[in-house]
Amino acid sequence: MTPLLQVRGIEKRYGGRIGCIDVSFDLWPGEVMGIVGESGSGKSTLLSCLAGHQPSDKGEVIFHGRDVLKLSEAERRRLGRTDWAFVHQNPRDGLRMNVSAGGNVGERLMAVGERHYGNIRDTAEDWLQRVEINADRIDDRPRQFSGGMQQRLQIARNLVTGPKLVFMDEPTGGLDVSVQARLLDLLRGLVRRMGLSAIIVTHDLAVVRLLADRLMVMKGGHVVEQGLTDQVLDDPQHAYTQLLVSSVLQV
Amino acid sequence: MIELRNVSKTFTLHNQGSAVIPVMTDVSLFVGAGECVGLKGASGAGKSTLMRMIWGNYLAASGSITVAGTDVARAEPREIIALRRERMAYVSQFLRVVPRVPTLEVVAEPLMAFVPEEEALEAARSLLTRLRIPERLWGLSPTTFSGGEQQRVNIARGFIRQVPVMLLDEPTASLDAANRETVLTLIEEAKARGTAIVGIFHDEEARDRVCDRLIEMGA
Amino acid sequence: MDDYNFAYLDEDTKRMIRRALLKAVAIPGYQVPFSSREMPMPYGWGTGGVQVTAACLKPDDTLKVIDQGADDTTNAVSIRKFFQRTAEVAVTERTQDATIIQTRHRIPEAPLQPGQIMVFQVPIPEPLRFLEPRETETRRMHALEDYGLMQVKLYEDIARHGEIATAYAYPVKVEDRYVMDPSPIPKFDNPKMNDSPALMLFGAGREQRIYALPPHTKVESLDFEDFPFVAGKADHPCAICGSTESYLDEIITDDAGSRMFVCSDTSYCQERSVQ
Repeated sequence: MTPLLQVRGIEKRYGGRIGCIDVSFDLWPGEVMGIVGESGSGKSTLLSCLAGHQPSDKGEVIFHGRDVLKLSEAERRRLGRTDWAFVHQNPRDGLRMNVSAGGNVGERLMAVGERHYGNIRDTAEDWLQRVEINADRIDDRPRQFSGGMQQRLQIARNLVTGPKLVFMDEPTGGLDVSVQARLLDLLRGLVRRMGLSAIIVTHDLAVVRLLADRLMVMKGGHVVEQGLTDQVLDDPQHAYTQLLVSSVLQV
Repeated sequence: MIELRNVSKTFTLHNQGSAVIPVMTDVSLFVGAGECVGLKGASGAGKSTLMRMIWGNYLAASGSITVAGTDVARAEPREIIALRRERMAYVSQFLRVVPRVPTLEVVAEPLMAFVPEEEALEAARSLLTRLRIPERLWGLSPTTFSGGEQQRVNIARGFIRQVPVMLLDEPTASLDAANRETVLTLIEEAKARGTAIVGIFHDEEARDRVCDRLIEMGA
Repeated sequence: MDDYNFAYLDEDTKRMIRRALLKAVAIPGYQVPFSSREMPMPYGWGTGGVQVTAACLKPDDTLKVIDQGADDTTNAVSIRKFFQRTAEVAVTERTQDATIIQTRHRIPEAPLQPGQIMVFQVPIPEPLRFLEPRETETRRMHALEDYGLMQVKLYEDIARHGEIATAYAYPVKVEDRYVMDPSPIPKFDNPKMNDSPALMLFGAGREQRIYALPPHTKVESLDFEDFPFVAGKADHPCAICGSTESYLDEIITDDAGSRMFVCSDTSYCQERSVQ
């Protein structure tokens, strides 16, 4: 078995400021990695560099033997609608708000050449149900959905082409706690059943405890600690991780 | 099956004046197939810490911890995950589950990766019956159950697979006599299959019945 | 009339437009930017088409101008007069006799011939405009052939109306490469673009874009396997000439809702009536 993704020495600076620096890790098939840290720790910068949404200054991101950072825009987009997926924090950034739920889910299928309306429709219906949206909402627009439903729709839209790697930026941010739990459980089930690999950026430690196999803790653009999720959370070694873990209010 | 060599553990509290709390030094331990070793000692002696280190939850400061062929003190996260998935089970005192997953699935889940779903559910049904969890509760999330019920759900989840290594943290606490008997029988069955077990038992009678040896911690 | 340069525009402007036209012909379906001039007519009245026509006209050309198929409506009449005055070219209403045909929203019924030039007036050249408002993004989508979104629009049509309800400006794919807006012609006219012997030029004045279909270009209307493209029209014969082949306009004849269907191509209809 070989790693699905090999990240080597990723660095991003904004002028004199550090976005993230010297980030390296391997992600294996079926593995879910969480990246935690406070605002400004560089975790979102890292995610957008990995996903190719912004250029890195240094480093390599090897996927299927190729450095993704060196792909042409066309190749990167093709990757972005086949093997890769990106779930945004705000569903508005990841959905087409003027297009029906079915159209949103079907877009990736059509982008990779599906031209049979009936098939697209059936697949969209199936996926809406998988993310617990009633199939009779297929022609409604995302505006008519609650925040939690919009987020689930975004997930369906991303997973419909069976990607191998999903990037998620604060997927439960901005949702009510009860809605969060449902979404997390759903994500967990999908990740397991589809054998997905995922990189999840969040500041919510409960999210990573539930979803992530591994954890990476960032501060000031540096990785300060990484390891097995429950080990990092229950036996943190670095001062910052200890602070982060002890700062969570117990319910 | 389980071999600890010169294992030490300290906690360094960086945010409290970098206080260093030593928990254990130079612990060595061997548990063979079919053997059950009990950990003894006052509270704070490091029994749970040692269990968590074998589980890979706590990081050893030094030494090696070889569990079913994997040195968890040095292993990559994915190796520990594979070990937990395939070769090791842990019955803790606490049940940590997603609130909306029904009990039957909570119990069947560790087995799902290895056998067809229906077979896993059937095994879960039989274990839940054996542990006297009323059938009307199977479809509900265990988060709302009583302490004793949660404990038994945890035990069912731990025993659903046949694994070479098991860690048991107070498996008979808060159980009535009948259920306690069932759990002890389950442990004996596992031993007979060749499972190596490390356990913490405050219940002395139970300890004497299933443990082949005792290790005094904090001594 | 010596007050204006031939065909109104100065020669430098015409050369600039011809360059854009050459590039457009070289890359069928690709939108070429050009620096559209102020014309003595408001935007939306065919400023793009007029500039393209001006850049193509020669003194011996014969010009036909139609608006929704008709030679005698305001827009057609005023543009025809404009070139009669500024270029003193011959004009005609007969499709067969014209060398250049400027059109708003139709392709004539009479088959086009080699050597003819069709000039389309285009309000919105970007077929992805209402799906993706960012021009930077739509350009990139064309460059990368990222056309899933265009198909989404057709999907939405079927989901909402049970069929592809887009009746005009129906998107086409040119030579298996660029998705193009054929201007607001009825989809009935779409098949006429495929493999046409005539040169087709599209000018969008306000949007400053020119694009083209050289003769015998492959032009396919987008569709789904199970909802194939159909070039529809009203299911009536023309009330004047009786044609069952031509595209029809629906005309309301009184306040009681009476209506009749007549050919939208007036020249075609007249010729048939005379016969």
